[in-house]
Amino acid sequence: MSAPAIDLVATGRARRRLVVNRLAEGAAVLSALIALAVLAIVIYSVLRRGLPALNLSFFTKGPPLFGQTGGGIAPAIVGSFMLVAIATAFALPVGVLTAIYVNEFAPKRFAEQIRLWLDVLNGFPSIVIGIFAFAFCVKVKVPILGIGHHQSAWAGGFALSVIMLPLVARATMEVLRLVPNHLREGSYALGVSKWQTVLRVVLPTSFGGILTGATLAVARAAGETAPLLFTCAIAGQVVDWDPSHSVQSIPLTIFEYSESSDPNLHAQAWASAFVLIAFVLVTSMAARFLLDRSRRKLGSGR
Amino acid sequence: MLRRVEAATVPGEPVLRNTRGAGDRVGDGLLYGLTALASVLGLVVVAAIVWRVADGAWPAVKVFKLAFVWHDEWNPVTSKFGARDLLIGTVVTSFGAMLLAGPLAIAIALFLSELAPPSIRGPIGTLIDMLAAVPSVVYGLWGIYVLAPFDAHHLQPFLSSFLGWIPIFAHGGDEVPSTVFTAILVLTIMALPITAAICRELFLSVPADIEEASIGLGATRWEMVRTVVVPDVRGGVVAAVILGLGRALGEAIAVTQVIGNFIPLKLSIFETGDTLASRIANQYQGAVSNIQVASLIYLALILLVITFVSNLAAQRVVKRFEFQRTGGT
Repeated sequence: MSAPAIDLVATGRARRRLVVNRLAEGAAVLSALIALAVLAIVIYSVLRRGLPALNLSFFTKGPPLFGQTGGGIAPAIVGSFMLVAIATAFALPVGVLTAIYVNEFAPKRFAEQIRLWLDVLNGFPSIVIGIFAFAFCVKVKVPILGIGHHQSAWAGGFALSVIMLPLVARATMEVLRLVPNHLREGSYALGVSKWQTVLRVVLPTSFGGILTGATLAVARAAGETAPLLFTCAIAGQVVDWDPSHSVQSIPLTIFEYSESSDPNLHAQAWASAFVLIAFVLVTSMAARFLLDRSRRKLGSGR
Repeated sequence: MLRRVEAATVPGEPVLRNTRGAGDRVGDGLLYGLTALASVLGLVVVAAIVWRVADGAWPAVKVFKLAFVWHDEWNPVTSKFGARDLLIGTVVTSFGAMLLAGPLAIAIALFLSELAPPSIRGPIGTLIDMLAAVPSVVYGLWGIYVLAPFDAHHLQPFLSSFLGWIPIFAHGGDEVPSTVFTAILVLTIMALPITAAICRELFLSVPADIEEASIGLGATRWEMVRTVVVPDVRGGVVAAVILGLGRALGEAIAVTQVIGNFIPLKLSIFETGDTLASRIANQYQGAVSNIQVASLIYLALILLVITFVSNLAAQRVVKRFEFQRTGGT
């Protein structure tokens, strides 16, 4: 019982170090909480202001006539669907083929270059891509395939496909890189040619990952406004399935309504934002979940 | 289906050559050609963007030369255009945003890589990534009707009561609904997730050995972060902030919704302003003359050059870290 009592309470320098550590940890936790709070506030605002204006006719009717209340965004939903479908039809094959080239064929240095330039393309501001698509598809002297001289869903879809291309290509590259080499070698050992190996072994193995990567790109494209501003903005008020016409889209509807002074249109903007955010968040969450799963399945070590 | 090889007809030399027949040669060539074509197409798109934007801006470049960059007038009536105030607005908003988003993103990344219990890292990381998935037009809408009133009523009077003696935080007393400050906040939210995601990857790439060694020598967790984790990936963190900056520089829609689209620029950030991207989004449709359109595309060209340089530099640095990570083991 005669052991000297050792004071385990830190004092002086040690105490200061512990306090600083606590403060730093607290700051990190607080930062994460701030980010989560912002997400929660944004989603809550959209829910609270968007839900009251939601009803069946919101999905089936056209925009309200001047001064009227109610109305809906049916043309914008159809338009957005068409724009994203066109964009996917361009970007998906090109993106996947690019990724196959980079992963299976290209010499290392060239592959590096393609990766780098895809990242640069990904970094271009979307408004600049909008101007490019305007100059390329809308303001051309000689119309290509009847496209040109005016805004159209083709032009808007093309602009969105430029946004999607690097996303699809990079996502596919990541997944192709995870396909184990012994699968390819096994295929070669059976005397299977390279193209059949790629089409029947590599692509089916990575199909899930490519699909989720494409879904993330679709979610991103569906919310883009700036590329459509000059390519597909001046549109009629009714549902229009003709891609050579300019069509309405959900993001542009929100953008235009948000700057109007009519409270009914504000309510419509919030309800549209709810539709858009629900689509984007649900698809991205689902895609990410599946991506993690297929990555775990493929990576088996990582 | 895979070609079946019968045991009895094990191919001799000439037969084996036949299995790599014309079909396979065509198939290999076709796939190679198609994929190479697609890759080249991607590069062509990058080149075409630069070309078309430079081409569209050319009439304005010819008239205003490089002086466009520091000329401060923007007058469609007299057809005198200059980018100075817009350039300053872009720099102020995006640097302001990164001043807030940078430390916040690094702290979040540290939380997710070093501090949080493993079971919640995934879900919280996913939620923070969802901040990047929210479309910019929704942030803009939210900015106009939720954030801007909150700013005008609470945040700005509060801040200027402390910092009002500094001109950039001066508050005129009148309520300004659209301000540079709101734009900074919106951009902070938008640039945050990309920076946080890259930083998290970087921090996770620091070998656990040296982290544990540091703890073993008696360092606190903060000292480990400060002396081991951050120095190991410092360049990468800078690059991550630059990539976030690139995101903020180019954002047009959300900024144009909240910033008020007005120049000449005022000294205080609690006043209206404008940026390169936001001016393009705001005026392109209403442009009255060819020279105004060309001037707007000139703005896009400036934006393109800025984002191009900053991205390229940041990508180079991030690449080096990727290389270290994969090349080391």
